[in-house]
Amino acid sequence: MAELTFADYDTDGFFDEMFLPNGTPRQGAERLIERINDLPPGELRARQQSIESALLRMGITFTVYGDDAGTEKIFPFDVIPRIVQASDWRHIEAGLKQRITALNRFLDDIYHDQLIVQEGLIPREMLDKAKSFRPECVGLKPPGGIWCHITGTDLVRHSDGAIYVLEDNLRCPSGVSYVLQNRLVMKRSFPVAFAASEVRPVVNYPTQLFHTLSSVAPHGKPDPTVVVLTPGIYNSAYYEHSFLAQQMGVELVQGEDLVVENNRVYMFTTDGLAQVDVIYRRIDDDFLDPECFRKDSMLGVPGLMNAYREGNVALCNAPGTGVADDKVIYAYVPEMIRFYLRQEPILPNVPTYICQREEDRKYVLAHLDELVVKAANEAGGYGMLIGPHSTVEEQRDFARRIEADPRNYIAQPTLSLSRVPTVVGDHFEGRHVDLRPYVLYGGDSVWVLPGGLTRVALKKGSLVVNSSQGGGSKDTWVIDGRPTDASETDAAM
Amino acid sequence: MLSRVASSIYWMARYVERAENLARFIDVTLNVILDHSTEEQWEPLVRATGDTEYFREHYGEFSSENVRHFLTFDRDYPHSIFSSVSRARENARTVREAISSEAWETLNEFYLFVKQAADPGVSAANSEFYSEVKKQSHLFSGVFDSTMSRDKGWYFANIGRFVERADKISRILDVKYFTLLPDVSSVGTTVDDLLWSAVLRSVSGFEMFRKRYHTITIHRIVDFLVLNTRFPRAIHYCVRTAARSLNQVGGPEFNSNPALQLAGEIEQRLAVTTNDTIINGGLHEFIDTLQIDLNRLGSAINETYFGRRRTPVDPSMRQSQWSD
Repeated sequence: MAELTFADYDTDGFFDEMFLPNGTPRQGAERLIERINDLPPGELRARQQSIESALLRMGITFTVYGDDAGTEKIFPFDVIPRIVQASDWRHIEAGLKQRITALNRFLDDIYHDQLIVQEGLIPREMLDKAKSFRPECVGLKPPGGIWCHITGTDLVRHSDGAIYVLEDNLRCPSGVSYVLQNRLVMKRSFPVAFAASEVRPVVNYPTQLFHTLSSVAPHGKPDPTVVVLTPGIYNSAYYEHSFLAQQMGVELVQGEDLVVENNRVYMFTTDGLAQVDVIYRRIDDDFLDPECFRKDSMLGVPGLMNAYREGNVALCNAPGTGVADDKVIYAYVPEMIRFYLRQEPILPNVPTYICQREEDRKYVLAHLDELVVKAANEAGGYGMLIGPHSTVEEQRDFARRIEADPRNYIAQPTLSLSRVPTVVGDHFEGRHVDLRPYVLYGGDSVWVLPGGLTRVALKKGSLVVNSSQGGGSKDTWVIDGRPTDASETDAAM
Repeated sequence: MLSRVASSIYWMARYVERAENLARFIDVTLNVILDHSTEEQWEPLVRATGDTEYFREHYGEFSSENVRHFLTFDRDYPHSIFSSVSRARENARTVREAISSEAWETLNEFYLFVKQAADPGVSAANSEFYSEVKKQSHLFSGVFDSTMSRDKGWYFANIGRFVERADKISRILDVKYFTLLPDVSSVGTTVDDLLWSAVLRSVSGFEMFRKRYHTITIHRIVDFLVLNTRFPRAIHYCVRTAARSLNQVGGPEFNSNPALQLAGEIEQRLAVTTNDTIINGGLHEFIDTLQIDLNRLGSAINETYFGRRRTPVDPSMRQSQWSD
């Protein structure tokens, strides 16, 4: 029997991104499935292994924290791509553009007049208690009024077929380098299926990123000096920082390479000081400037915030954007879209219970065994309770935490995330996925990378896709359908 | 170019070159021993490192296994092949954006190869391994040379490579001169062809030497390995190449640039020296002076081009950034 074919693949009643419930391929996936079924026995596994060794050879790794600190690991990669149909993508793209526009309006509003609070759409206490709200940023005027230039939004598909926004990542979203490298190794491994499937390219992301960064240079400087600011090689996303700098052809700097003089930022070069205009910073607000934020930060640049306030340097993303990552604030994004844009949201939020509200809290505490509870400011899949997969003890623990600090918790129904076939030993099994597309918001336009990072929970039945929790990734193929295509999704099925 | 990046590229190249020369060093000893079975060959290698103290403390006896392990796979000894390749890679990793992907991947594979070879222990420290180290180093240099623009990054790497090479060639010469010449009165007599051939082979210079001189004498060896300006592993050639690259990296004017001045001085001295002067004044003394000068040059390069930074950061300051 030929191994690793889709002959016996079962969608198990989940929404499967590649197959319809009756087992026929979804539109856009036919050619790939044909190719895989036609491969000689052992061939697919050989390609999977050759991809893994290529990733190691290329040093496409992330650094592990914790017990084995400093170890480099490859981000587990699964050879079966996730296919996104053209019509789904059009819907996603429109929704993301709408959302980031509203979020930027919101950020500019709450650091100035706070109209949305005055109008009573967001309770003041919610904002006052947002840990990531930065009083230091009140009154700041970022170039072009744009606060968030680079976003990575987490999307999931539920069993109802609809696509929901799970999280907005407006601080330093990472993962885009894996998108580009996953594509590179997939094109090498499956050239025929790839060409036949008419997949939209992702290779121009660094060019678009460079344009976005250049477009917000202070005083509209025509040929600005752009740099990427990294905490250094021990950071888990260091590979990505170096990759993006290299692909854009700009300097990768660390805090120690920069100095502020006369409210201008300079870097130490072998020829003396050279002025820097735009900083794509991959360091959290807290560490940016010891004179303004955390005093013990060794990673930042003293005086950077003053140079920024004076308008002599652009920071991407602006400091203070993290307030919109607060999971309580997230619950109000649909309100923002209605308030700032006078539109209905294209991509819905996951229905969210805000534990600060008494009524919501009562419901959450009574249904801890079926909800997902999240702390407002935790990231990386930490500080979460997944009700159906939790013990009574864990539920009690979370109940105590919620009662002690209700503002810090939200809860959502446990979604049944969609699945994609994944290589498990000698056969395919469905595994749950999410999707993180990347949105660039420059001085003149919003651009969405066609595709994004598909993260996959490699453990059977697991809903946690985070790399820190043993998740892997897949290439994401957005099928290049023309908008006139009559193809429609079966979103309602 | 950022001072930090220039420094890392320079050290990356130095460490790759260091690993290669160490492999050549050990390999020539292994080959000599095939013809002259003696354990005494190993001690001078340790002496040449200047770390005899460390060796005695951690290993004790100058046996073949001990010395090979110490110089090849010892992770705690900062100048072993393993440590040098690890450091070369670590430096490259901090400046990945400044070097070509091909160069990075080649060096990363070099590192993975050495790391894997170290697993079974000292039995893997054999001629085949040292040949592979040489080959990997050549591959890296070739890839680096054929994928990098001739701008500051490439020149800084070149300076690192040739300063390191000049230093190591002088050490090989020094050690072998003393182990292969029973006493100084043997200068001018017929030397042991076999042993000196091995030394020449270790710097890949045997064939080139033969083309030029046919028979081996000490004077000719000095001519070829010290004063020659065409053979890429001769000291004069290395110093000249490093000096020329220094002239290409910008930085302060000559009058306020100790690195440029010093490189010029060393080269000038090599240009006016003859093999007679060197041998009559004592080869060992000549090499000693040269090594002191090369160290001073290294410090001057560091101060002139790399030293202008704020207080360096403690790299162990870590921060998680998967903001998901």
